[in-house]
Amino acid sequence: MMKTSHRKVLLIIPSQIVARGIEAVLAEHGEFRVEGILTDLSHASEARLRNMDADVIIIDPVVFDYVSRMTGRSRIAEHSDAAVVALKTIPMEEEQTRHYDAVISMYDDPVAVVKKLRESLAAREETPESEGHDLSQREKEILVCVAKGMLNKEIADHYNISIHTVITHRKNITRKTGIKTVAGLTVYALLNNLIDSNSIDF
Amino acid sequence: MTTEIQRIVFSESMKLADLIDVNFKLLNVLSRMGIGLGFGENTIQEVCARQGINLNSFLLICNIYTYDDYIPSAELLSGADPVTIVEYLHNSHSFYLDKEFAGLEKNLKSMVEPCSEKQKKIVARFFEDYKTQVEKHFSYEEEVVFPYVRALKEGRHQASYTIDQFEENHSNIDETLGDLKNIVMKYLPETCDTVMRNEALYRIYRLGEDLEKHTIIEDSVLIPMVNRMEA
Repeated sequence: MMKTSHRKVLLIIPSQIVARGIEAVLAEHGEFRVEGILTDLSHASEARLRNMDADVIIIDPVVFDYVSRMTGRSRIAEHSDAAVVALKTIPMEEEQTRHYDAVISMYDDPVAVVKKLRESLAAREETPESEGHDLSQREKEILVCVAKGMLNKEIADHYNISIHTVITHRKNITRKTGIKTVAGLTVYALLNNLIDSNSIDF
Repeated sequence: MTTEIQRIVFSESMKLADLIDVNFKLLNVLSRMGIGLGFGENTIQEVCARQGINLNSFLLICNIYTYDDYIPSAELLSGADPVTIVEYLHNSHSFYLDKEFAGLEKNLKSMVEPCSEKQKKIVARFFEDYKTQVEKHFSYEEEVVFPYVRALKEGRHQASYTIDQFEENHSNIDETLGDLKNIVMKYLPETCDTVMRNEALYRIYRLGEDLEKHTIIEDSVLIPMVNRMEA
């Protein structure tokens, strides 16, 4: 990743007061800069999420309703590779917070906030990078396996890679193509002649 | 949507025609509520009274259908009728299955006309699977949830079931429709006619939006209402 003078931050926070407060606190420090504020996670917001290429997303989990709060973190992951930091505005169970790369509280002082944002970025560095919009050769191979109905474990064994890496590849495939279901990926593979229709159960 | 539509709180004294002018997509709601066109200068209240439709329920549905961030007040929720909501949801199901899916299927068919037999088969099969998935989901609501709500309203509480078990998982259905959109938009061969492709896309977007509202009505109206009745 290219080094820039500041890291891009996207806020997903319904409260304008809180969002502007965070913007002001980060502006004083210079290392992180707020480049966008979304007040919800509608379809329009998701499109901006994909296009902004943020380094860090700070989200107030109240934007998810109670049921989806658990899976909220992975919803972001479908659209962006950014580190995701929860802003705790209401009491949260540990089960919910541990999905995030960091958690900041309304009462943290500015230094603590910046520190936590840095840590969240460090935590993200290890995952395999995936540049560009087109599928890489490896991603195409994995896509073919998925279309053929292979499980993550089988794919991992076949290529001698970890399951974690398989999952990351699958996330990248979905992010690039926009296709989420196995049936959809199969159609993609067939239409792009990555597999022959005779080779799958059809 | 909130940015496009000027924010107007719907009230019973509003003319029905003005309501449609604010959000023409509410035409769908009218037909599912059994309200025909030709209502002249009648107000929402007058039309609802004539048709025997619970006014609060109607206003709730129109508000949710129009404003993305609408949260129903406790007052409106307690004044609304769960059976009316169930009736609306049931009619929506029929509309999706009989009208929308049939229309979309036709769109897709003419769109893939220039494709190879194999490609036609792939698209048809994907849509067929989607339909089956949705039908299965609807039939659970039709056979379990809706009868439960109707019985509850009549004072018969089946102790073996509570609405909390209605743990909905619409996400698969949404994802499959999203995949169909991406396939039609991005991955079909260029030989497919653009106009037909656009028609299919418009329909998919409209259907997606409609289903999204449908889910919100279930989750933020029906479930809280039934929770109150169970208490």
